[in-house]
Amino acid sequence: MSAALSPPTARLDAKCPGGPIEERWDKHRFDLKLVNPANKRKFHALVVGTGLAGASAAASLAELGYRVTVFCIQDSPRRAHSIAAQGGINAAKNYPNDGDSIYRLFYDTVKGGDFRARESNVYRLAQVSNHIIDQCVALGVPFAREYGGVLANRSFGGAQVSRTFYARGQTGQQLLLGAYSALMRHVGSGRVQLCARREMLDVVVVDGVARGVVCRNLVSGAYERYAGDAVLLCTGGYGNVFYLSTNAKACNVTAAWRAHKRGAFFANPCFTQIHPTCIPVSGAYQSKLTLMSESLRNDGRVWVPKQKDDARPPSAIPDEERDYFLERRYPSFGNLVPRDVASRAAKERCDAGYGVGRTKLAVYLDFRDALRRDGSAAIREKYGNLLQMYAKITAEDPYQVPMRIYPAVHYTMGGLWVDYNLESTLPGLFVLGEANFSDHGANRLGASALMQGLADGFFIVPYTLGGHFAGRKLAPVSADQKEFVASEQAARARTERILAVGGARTVDSFHRELGRTMWDLCGMARNAAGLAKAKTHVRALRAEFWENVRVPADGARLNQNLEHAGRVADFLEFAELMIDDATQRTESCGGHFREESQTDDGEARRDDEHFSFAAAWEHRGDGQPAALHKEPLTFEYVKPSQRSYQ
Amino acid sequence: MSAAAGHDAADSMRITLKVWRQEGPDRRGRMETYRLADVSPDMSFLEMLDVLNERLIAEGDDPVAFDHDCREGICGACSLVIDGQAHGPEALTTVCQLHMRRYSDGDTIHVEPWRANAFPVVKDLVVDRSAFDRIMAAGGFVATHAGAAQDANAILVPKPEADRAMDAAACIGCGACVAACPNASAMLFVAAKVAHLAQLPQGAPERERRALSMVHAMDAEGFGNCTNHFECMAACPKGISVENIARMNREFLRAALFERPTATAAEGG
Ligand SMILES: Cc1cc2nc3c(=O)[nH]c(=O)nc-3n(C[C@H](O)[C@H](O)[C@H](O)COP(=O)(O)OP(=O)(O)OC[C@H]3O[C@@H](n4cnc5c(N)ncnc54)[C@H](O)[C@@H]3O)c2cc1C
Ligand code: FES
Repeated sequence: MSAALSPPTARLDAKCPGGPIEERWDKHRFDLKLVNPANKRKFHALVVGTGLAGASAAASLAELGYRVTVFCIQDSPRRAHSIAAQGGINAAKNYPNDGDSIYRLFYDTVKGGDFRARESNVYRLAQVSNHIIDQCVALGVPFAREYGGVLANRSFGGAQVSRTFYARGQTGQQLLLGAYSALMRHVGSGRVQLCARREMLDVVVVDGVARGVVCRNLVSGAYERYAGDAVLLCTGGYGNVFYLSTNAKACNVTAAWRAHKRGAFFANPCFTQIHPTCIPVSGAYQSKLTLMSESLRNDGRVWVPKQKDDARPPSAIPDEERDYFLERRYPSFGNLVPRDVASRAAKERCDAGYGVGRTKLAVYLDFRDALRRDGSAAIREKYGNLLQMYAKITAEDPYQVPMRIYPAVHYTMGGLWVDYNLESTLPGLFVLGEANFSDHGANRLGASALMQGLADGFFIVPYTLGGHFAGRKLAPVSADQKEFVASEQAARARTERILAVGGARTVDSFHRELGRTMWDLCGMARNAAGLAKAKTHVRALRAEFWENVRVPADGARLNQNLEHAGRVADFLEFAELMIDDATQRTESCGGHFREESQTDDGEARRDDEHFSFAAAWEHRGDGQPAALHKEPLTFEYVKPSQRSYQ
Repeated sequence: MSAAAGHDAADSMRITLKVWRQEGPDRRGRMETYRLADVSPDMSFLEMLDVLNERLIAEGDDPVAFDHDCREGICGACSLVIDGQAHGPEALTTVCQLHMRRYSDGDTIHVEPWRANAFPVVKDLVVDRSAFDRIMAAGGFVATHAGAAQDANAILVPKPEADRAMDAAACIGCGACVAACPNASAMLFVAAKVAHLAQLPQGAPERERRALSMVHAMDAEGFGNCTNHFECMAACPKGISVENIARMNREFLRAALFERPTATAAEGG
């Protein structure tokens, strides 16, 4: 291991309350100090990001009476990446009466995360899940309904109960529009100041506490300083370190990374989720990948030809010459195995030379049998939208020929380390939604990210932030203070340095090469030699970036290429931490598969004896190895077991 | 649509682009011509612009600015007028979902920004649509807050009504309706939100106030009037129906009829 080890410090106190797990959140809320209603107006929260986490947090804090300023990169808060979520949102309502409970959602999430999440946090998530649905319905979110008028549920992502609420294939859109409407209401009431087309470039630390941010106004190019009493990062995940992913193009690690450099530990960066059902890459110009909801695996069967390089069209390959490899390897779960398992199995077949399509990096997802059984009308009713989107992108008709799918980067479980209050190791800096590491361990279950973002924003941070405001003596702060000036100068200098390089290579070409390296060597499967190679490569690429990048030189107005350059520069630094983390964790768990740690039949082998911890990395200066701190994970309620889907 | 598996993308096309270039809001714009020799039919329209931009950067020119983010037709960021049509030639399709196989070798394509007084150009193909946010802030919400909600199933909504509300709520806020309208009216956008919430019991208490405030805000932003051209519906990538406009007119009338002084007082929620 290359990183210097230092003993766990007092700063890694997760602050989880003790006692019976179902009483912890109640007890904690009672123990938190309250802010006097008359004083709330005096406190100012800076909320960076307007996805589900940021929009719900900003709206709720404004509702409580705090002053709030929110920032987002897009031209409107409604366009945050959350808008693209398709499948649904979980809650333990047990409306279908099929055996669900808060405890079961808690249990499934801890187990699904492969025992790498904190029990107290996950239990709380399951507890507040029900309020989220109530709250969203009250906001006017048009969830799917039954004829009698009650809410409809479906089973999702292999769960054995139907606990997923949905709004057609646009659940994320409808939830975000709900949270956005709550936010905009308070923009209208004047409690929230909205700053769109702003990119946060630094957190300002005063007396050891996060007290402000520096942003670049993306339209004017101006640097702006904002002072407040707390900073909430709700800036999403870093999946775009792989260049190709299902994330929106603006998704980045910049906000989290800059905060990391100011003292916030980064936890489990190597935990990334690869989603099994995405439309495969079609050419070198490919700019992003499109997810096909995993609900398709309820009716589609996944297969490849048994014969290598079989050139026949799929319809000409008889059943006995098809390898339904998920059904073969996992007879009891079949096509419904969890995401990480399905993804690796597809990769294994393609690596072994059985892939299909022009690139050979695809497997079939075939509706033939379901179409025969249920008819095309029934299939259209269930999946019409998705199949149409597939046809639009590929020009192939999935009712006639099997779809071609391949795994793609989808979600990042890693993120800034937070305690039970969602506060990072930098006091006053809270981290919500996909940007934190808290609840999903090494693997996230379908329909749980939307739940977590809204839990954090609507129901957790409104309490815990009060503890920060009331519990700490916060001296008055002004954006003219020297710390603000210094942060602005640092951000400005970095941008100017990028503009000054004047090299020959475009930002996009660096980003693509980084993505390719990470995908090949730190993607679905990792090994020590590959990771070492990746590290060397990333370092060389980063050095080249600072010598040879070419960005059209105009920092004083809208310059999308410059924005991209800043994000890629941060990805190039962050990638190394991801690699270090993947190197250090020599076990396989969840989305992190170390080839050295597998069973004889190729399944992941977890190592609880040595790796039952969250890895929290401390920045020790540029060019210095980051220091690893371990937060031990103890399981009082859910006994760790090896996952088996056979 | 071809039924063959593993289609062939070997064929490439030559495309001439005429693109609106404008350095800033207060600069004069012009159409620039660019020739692309190697366009794959499998590229999306935006990927073709990416390729153009890579070339422009390499040649030391300023790349074309355009808004985009999700590239899967849901965020509403992309916003190009292609050969005079908002979002281009394909029905029910945002420009990020438009693919080059729609075009043929040798085609010339004109690319312009949304054009409307209420959407000033920021740069090239990027416009300022913040007027939509301000309309939403004026009333596009249900005034409730975390903690106040009753159990979700205590509010029953018959499926057909829930479905109709969802049809209206599917609006992605891209502004194609405004760009397509000869009067640059925002009626379809506003109507979709009013209709979405008016059809749900949760939206009922604020029905009047919502319709009035949103319409007033829309007028204040300088959008034009609706004179029933229905170009908006034709351009809408989500198929939002003009029936929503009729519904909004009813809502507005109803609200105006019953308007009491307190109903419009901008208490703001
Ligand atoms: C295609 C797809 C489908 C999905 N489907 C589901 C699903 O069905 N169910 C589910 O539970 N989950 C799903 N997910 C995951 C889920 O959508 C995300 O994890 C979740 O929406 C993240 O929300 P967030 O609020 O944390 O961040 P985001 O929605 O990513 O928002 C980030 C915000 O931060 C802002 N921001 C970022 N950096 C900066 C900066 N430097 N300065 C200023 N602002 C910044 C952005 O502008 C944006 O407003 C899906 C994900 C994808 C990609
Ligand atoms: S880029 Fe999101 S809708 Fe086109």
